[in-house]
Amino acid sequence: MLLKVEDLRVEFHTYRGTVHALNGVTFDLDKGEVLGLAGETGSGKSVTALSIQRLLPPNARIVSGKIIFDGIDLVKLSEEEMEKIRGRRMAAVFQDPHTYLNPVFKIGRQFVDILKQHDPDVINSDKKEKVAREKAIQMLKEVKMPAPERVMEMYPHELSGGMKQRVLLAMAYSLKPDLIIADEATTALDVTIQAQVLEIMKELQKKSNISIILITHDLGIIAENCNRVAVMYAGRVVEFGRVTKVLVDPKHPYTQGLIRALPRTDKEVKPISIPGTVPDLVNPPSGCPFHPRCQYAMDICKEKVPEYREIDGVRVACFLYGR
Amino acid sequence: MEVLRVENLAKHFPILGGVLQRTVGYVYAVNDVSFKVEEGETHGLVGESGSGKTTVGRMIVRLIDPTSGKIIFDGEDVTKIKGNKLKEYRRKVQMVFQDPYASMNPRMTVKDMLFEVMKIHGISRGSEYERAVELMERVGMSEEHLYRYPHELSGGQRQRVVIARALSVNPKFIVLDEPTASLDVSVQAQVLDLLKELQDKYRYSYLLITHNLSIIKYISRRTTVIYRGCWVETAETQDLFSDMQHPYTQALISAVPIPDPTVKRNKIILKGEPPNPVEPVKGCPFSDRCPYVMDICREKVPPTTDVGKGHLVRCWLKK
Repeated sequence: MLLKVEDLRVEFHTYRGTVHALNGVTFDLDKGEVLGLAGETGSGKSVTALSIQRLLPPNARIVSGKIIFDGIDLVKLSEEEMEKIRGRRMAAVFQDPHTYLNPVFKIGRQFVDILKQHDPDVINSDKKEKVAREKAIQMLKEVKMPAPERVMEMYPHELSGGMKQRVLLAMAYSLKPDLIIADEATTALDVTIQAQVLEIMKELQKKSNISIILITHDLGIIAENCNRVAVMYAGRVVEFGRVTKVLVDPKHPYTQGLIRALPRTDKEVKPISIPGTVPDLVNPPSGCPFHPRCQYAMDICKEKVPEYREIDGVRVACFLYGR
Repeated sequence: MEVLRVENLAKHFPILGGVLQRTVGYVYAVNDVSFKVEEGETHGLVGESGSGKTTVGRMIVRLIDPTSGKIIFDGEDVTKIKGNKLKEYRRKVQMVFQDPYASMNPRMTVKDMLFEVMKIHGISRGSEYERAVELMERVGMSEEHLYRYPHELSGGQRQRVVIARALSVNPKFIVLDEPTASLDVSVQAQVLDLLKELQDKYRYSYLLITHNLSIIKYISRRTTVIYRGCWVETAETQDLFSDMQHPYTQALISAVPIPDPTVKRNKIILKGEPPNPVEPVKGCPFSDRCPYVMDICREKVPPTTDVGKGHLVRCWLKK
């Protein structure tokens, strides 16, 4: 097991009051596994990712819980200790690649600087610039960048969205981290380009046995790329298990509703919305956070937060499966 | 009966440069788009970002003028109409934009917004309030929502209000530009069903502009696929999905991830980058990325082939 997140609770302090963004998130990730974090806006997917990297904004606070990464509890680490883990042992790719590339420096410059900062091979060499440059080009080749030498001399604005995302993927991959977190990394891309980038990501993952957390609202991406999936709702993981179980025979009413709400290209279905809206996490509902929208809600659902039950190898937090 | 037809629509935006702001080139946003929409039906216009689909929508509602081509509405050429005629056309042809929040005035209540539009077009004079209440009910909201400001509404509610505003002037035709792209999947179906219901009841015709093929499949009767501002295939939506002809359509449909891990299929992964709109199209617009490209594709625009039932495709392979 590479990563274990246990009962993680995170709050944000805002002018509206305290936002209870994560209310007990629990899941784990094996070495070489691709794990999907699924959920809608405000479900806590990105906050979970930021917590793992310890990149939460100043108004956020980890209230309780553990993030065990390769035996170390990241919650307890100092910023300096965390800096040794970030980049080298875990890296991230985000939705809007242009925000993470500096517009006034060439791709090559930025890539070389990262390697000079983090890559032991480069740091220990006496020709740092040359070694770093060669490695950067090599990495761009790994993500199938056409004409990598030319891309090194380009500025971010000269690249398309898909190319920028591949640059970031190459940067993340270049330090051979144990974990890559891809937070809606292909959401802004066209479907044909998205398919390209996901294909490259899969290849890299297989080649080097990196673990990936794939955060997306698109259950299709999860079905096609992940081993297991954690379905999140209102800052909790409501269902967690193998993709072949959770997406084929969903147990939690929210997962069931989410799958039913999707129009499909591969068959005739009539999508059905989930009534109501996502709860306001300043005043989260009592008990199970999904009970106000759940067609099976019982009295107990309003009073108590359901514990996890294991059914058929899937962990589900719902009173329908015993209390 | 045909309600709208566009013929060889094109829009080239000039790029200005230098001290004198002379035209130094063009962004070839739309090059050659043709399709027709039947009354009371939904026509899907599908393409990726930069394919020109939104520009087509904006030309149809006459927010921008085409460089060339024709827009025929109800048998009349509306490409160049002006003044009162244009105002009346805009009443009949409404548009719903992707981001409902951006198309609302944050300082106006829902009531003010609806009243403003009705006033401009002189609709329901003296009984605006009754009509506003009726419109809210039509889109599944209630009277109390009339007093809300945009920030007090959820995303789905905002989209309903924008739809109500479009309906307030009794349009015939509505251009829907990514109407659910800003919504979460759990509420998206509500808005799609509302649009369907309204169409069944009032026989509105829709042009649905989207990159989302599953939505197209769910609500459009016919669909036109565009690439680099050119139409490449148009057909009844069912036929398009069961018997796609153009290599681009095939790649596009195959690239959509399917949320069922038991479905196994071969994905067509396209090589190459999305097109650069500053370069004019030569030959087939898809020739740069097409896995079956031949010499002729780069030279000459492919002819239109009818493969049956009005299923049209523009590809040299089908000739």
